[in-house]
Amino acid sequence: MKEKLILVGNGMAGVRVVEELLALAPDKYEIAVFGEEPHGNYNRILLSHVLSGEKRFADTVLNDRAWYTARGIRLETGCKVVAINRARRQVIAADGTIAGYDKLLLATGARPTMMPLPGGHLFGVMSFRNVAEVEAMLDLARPGRRAVVVGGGLLGLEAAWGLKQRGMNVTVVHLMDRLMERQLDAPAAALLRRSLEARGIAVELGAETQGFTGTQQVEAVRLRDGRTLPADLAVVAIGIRPNVELAQQSGIHCQRGIVVNHAMQTYDPRVYAVGECVEHAGNTYGLVAPLFRQAKVAANHLAGLGHARYEDQPLATKLKITGIDLYSAGNFTGGEGCEELVMEDPCRGVYKKLVIRDDRLVGALLYGDTTNETWYYDLMRDGSDVSELRPSLLHGHGHLGDAGHSGAVAVAGMPDDTEVCGCNGVTKGMIVKAITDKGLFTLEEVRAHTKASASCGSCTGKVEQILAFTLGGDYSPAPQEKPLCTCTEHTHAEVRAAIREQHLTTIPETMRFLDWKTPDGCPKCRPALNYYLISTWPGEAEDDPQSRTHNERVHANIQNDGTYSVVPRTWGGLTNAKELRVVADLAEKYNVPVKVTGGQRLAIPFIKKEDLPKVWATLNEHDMLSGFAYGKAVRSVKSCVGKGLCRFGTQDSLGLGIRIEKEFWGAWTPHKFKLGVSGCPRNCAEATIKDFGIVGVDSGWELHVGGTCGVRVRATDLLCKVATDDEAIEHAAAFLQLYREEGWYLERSSAWIERVGLPYVKKRVLDDAAARQTLAERFRYAQRFAQVDPWQARAGLGSSADRPDHEYASLEVVEAAA
Amino acid sequence: MNTQHESAQWVDAGPVDAIPSPGARRLPTAHGDIAVVRTGSGAVYAIGDRCPHKGGPLSQGMVFGERVQCPLHGLVVDLASGRAVAPDSGAVAVHPVRVDNGRILVGLTPQSAAAPCDGGCACAQAA
Ligand code: SRM
Ligand SMILES: Cc1cc2nc3c(=O)[nH]c(=O)nc-3n(C[C@H](O)[C@H](O)[C@H](O)COP(=O)(O)OP(=O)(O)OC[C@H]3O[C@@H](n4cnc5c(N)ncnc54)[C@H](O)[C@@H]3O)c2cc1C
Ligand code: SF4
Ligand code: FES
Repeated sequence: MKEKLILVGNGMAGVRVVEELLALAPDKYEIAVFGEEPHGNYNRILLSHVLSGEKRFADTVLNDRAWYTARGIRLETGCKVVAINRARRQVIAADGTIAGYDKLLLATGARPTMMPLPGGHLFGVMSFRNVAEVEAMLDLARPGRRAVVVGGGLLGLEAAWGLKQRGMNVTVVHLMDRLMERQLDAPAAALLRRSLEARGIAVELGAETQGFTGTQQVEAVRLRDGRTLPADLAVVAIGIRPNVELAQQSGIHCQRGIVVNHAMQTYDPRVYAVGECVEHAGNTYGLVAPLFRQAKVAANHLAGLGHARYEDQPLATKLKITGIDLYSAGNFTGGEGCEELVMEDPCRGVYKKLVIRDDRLVGALLYGDTTNETWYYDLMRDGSDVSELRPSLLHGHGHLGDAGHSGAVAVAGMPDDTEVCGCNGVTKGMIVKAITDKGLFTLEEVRAHTKASASCGSCTGKVEQILAFTLGGDYSPAPQEKPLCTCTEHTHAEVRAAIREQHLTTIPETMRFLDWKTPDGCPKCRPALNYYLISTWPGEAEDDPQSRTHNERVHANIQNDGTYSVVPRTWGGLTNAKELRVVADLAEKYNVPVKVTGGQRLAIPFIKKEDLPKVWATLNEHDMLSGFAYGKAVRSVKSCVGKGLCRFGTQDSLGLGIRIEKEFWGAWTPHKFKLGVSGCPRNCAEATIKDFGIVGVDSGWELHVGGTCGVRVRATDLLCKVATDDEAIEHAAAFLQLYREEGWYLERSSAWIERVGLPYVKKRVLDDAAARQTLAERFRYAQRFAQVDPWQARAGLGSSADRPDHEYASLEVVEAAA
Repeated sequence: MNTQHESAQWVDAGPVDAIPSPGARRLPTAHGDIAVVRTGSGAVYAIGDRCPHKGGPLSQGMVFGERVQCPLHGLVVDLASGRAVAPDSGAVAVHPVRVDNGRILVGLTPQSAAAPCDGGCACAQAA
């Protein structure tokens, strides 16, 4: 005969035990489940999204009634267990139902902490824990009404965001001097506060709630400092307490929670407990990841296997507010013997802090850029020695982020034991195995079989990538990346692929093929399409000047007064008396100054549009070509003097700089592309903040990629070392061509590398010499069509009388006409 | 097309082919510059050439749909009404214009007036 198992608490942890148990020992028990809530088992985490309107309740259901029936499980909903008779091994429910057990599993969860404050009973004062409460909040939430959320922790902020999404005016009142003080340090909390305020949520810190006023319904929240905040709804989210009432009354040993051992067994060996109601080794819980690991352990013992042990692991928290990327794991406050690595980029709103103790990563706090969270978590959990990684630790590695497509390559290189779904402890290996063994095809199937991405959902992107990677060409994921612009549903990747695969060569053709929603696009998509076409089909697709940004269309930089600056090339930053004289003469003629640019060139500013062709003609006469200072194109090659002059020089940086600029000029790129060549590691040409940087060393050249020092500063990554100039140029050409072919329009090489990962770039440019040569060859082929000086083509074109249709001439009022 | 204006106020700005479609050209006049814009659909518009934001030359902007984008900080003007497209604000004068025998005729007296932007928009921050 089967043994009888009773589960009290039909929630996330308890039902998980049942699922795990059914997988291990499907026939061992006759199972009965008692739940106080009137539903099947649902995903509590997603209540935040139900509140904000991003999900419906139906989307949160994990196990509906049919699931229980199909497995022969007796389900009693709306049925609170009020007593346990341990001597008779029976549970007694509020409605009088009595049921006997051989093994009992308690998973009664936690209850919101409510303050015993005046007015706490008023209608409209509520906590945020279950479906009923969300429904009650939605009843009161109307646009324009006021909500006060007491408590600025994870739950309170998600409540605030949800109510804000429903149009309410929301204020968060928090007792401490910073938000989410258990997960964030002061700088991260300040950034979070700013982001919330930017979303229209008011935040009161250091504010103690004294009570609620109103007659029947809440009208205001009163603060200790005497202020009252008007409120039609007050949500209290100041913490949770393990729900131990039932266990305690039945004489099961409890402290803060129901005390359990490593097997999730209580002091009564027939009674197990899991979830937020337990206390293990002095800890209580508030996130699902550890609970699901507890569930595995409890199932293992209930199944009679008896070898699993529960142990705590570092906890990781993410905030589920759209557009706010926040990740906090482990010990982020540091302390005795800890070192902190900190990176801050206030402009991008990025803050990262890593805490290291004894060469191990023990804490990570990421705000604004959570791309490397998995990697950090793995390092932390595995206790890996990070001393070697230290210099680049903050930058992360080409590891997998959450962002849609970006990880395709990283997935390939991801070790099988990397944890992908933190909530459910599912590794890459488990996902791959499920996909191949069970023949899974969709995200839903993977979810159903492995639980990966089934809880908070933040790893959905990664799971899709693994699916795509494992299935190869058979899988097309749901679009993760945003469309190129509002004129289309298609992403940059899709547009590029269509142009390549369908051999599209004009903008109208591309728009037609991809069902563009506007007749002739917009200033966002047209320049992108134009670039994709000319870079994919050199010599075939025709450049469309009307789809160029203004500067690129007129081949000069427009300035604030409507005049233009003219920046000719000075190869490698080297000029001479003749060129200087030409520039000086022009400056004199047009009565303008000369500006030395940041790119080692001479700029002639304040030239009127109609004079541009004349200025260019003069420059061209002296072999001075356009410097493309106006373009998303190859710019200057900043070079230092090198070994020809410098006493430290190890290589001829000037010579190589000039040679590269002569071979590379004229190429259009997704975003501007700058190069630098330094003669020795003193690096006077600042090569390590260029898109492609070359630094001379005794034995040859070090090649660096992906630097920038514009809006954001990023030092290059080292690509490799080569011995000769020719090799340096071949690698540079291959790298540039890969970027030209695969970068999104307006994506700087630095951002591109971060998206695809350095290992991918190395794979394409380094690992296979033949592939590198092919890339370089394609670049050289494209250059045959690109190296046409745009100034020469337009030089000498003057008045409208010469060329009435010419860009540089204005229209004229034709006096004698009509 | 506006016929209330006297013929004396109309000027000939040359052949319509002088402007690419889509595209724009500057027409200098004694009363200031006018941007003559030809859209991809072939319609011709004439508007004041000074952007309501900081006076950028709209005749140098990218033309798309029935709109033009200022080359300086990206404000977008609706060609028919002369108004900036939300979130930007302000307006440029709209001049009557017609194409006659392949030639562009522009009325020098505007049919609607210019208005500055209120400075609260995205392009103001980009400046
Ligand atoms: C002329 C020059 C400033 C100077 O007087 O020295 C300059 C001028 C402009 N820069 Fe620059 N940049 C100049 C060197 C730089 C540098 C320094 C360098 O190249 O060593 C940088 C940082 C390095 C880098 O790019 O990583 C730089 C980062 C930018 C950026 C930010 C790019 C980024 O990815 O973050 C922009 C905006 C953009 O490209 O979208 C920009 C845009 C501009 C534009 C073209 C703005 C525009 O779109 O109209 C400016 C034109 C001004 C004018 O009226 O002529 N400029 N700009 C420099 C020309 C260099 C040259 O000879 O080609
Ligand atoms: C809005 C919200 C957002 C959250 N977001 C996240 C997140 O992003 N990430 C994360 O990791 N965690 C999150 N959590 C926490 C997570 O939901 C909980 O950790 C998890 O649900 C706890 O599981 P449990 O089974 O222990 O408790 P519960 O899921 O609460 O289940 C306990 C069940 O037992 C029932 N019960 C209690 N006593 C009895 C009784 N005597 N008889 C019968 N039934 C009883 C209760 O009614 C309840 O249904 C969030 C929680 C909320 C409320
Ligand atoms: S930094 Fe560059 S973009 Fe900014 S004002 Fe100077 S030249 Fe212009
Ligand atoms: S001047 Fe036109 S947008 Fe600023």
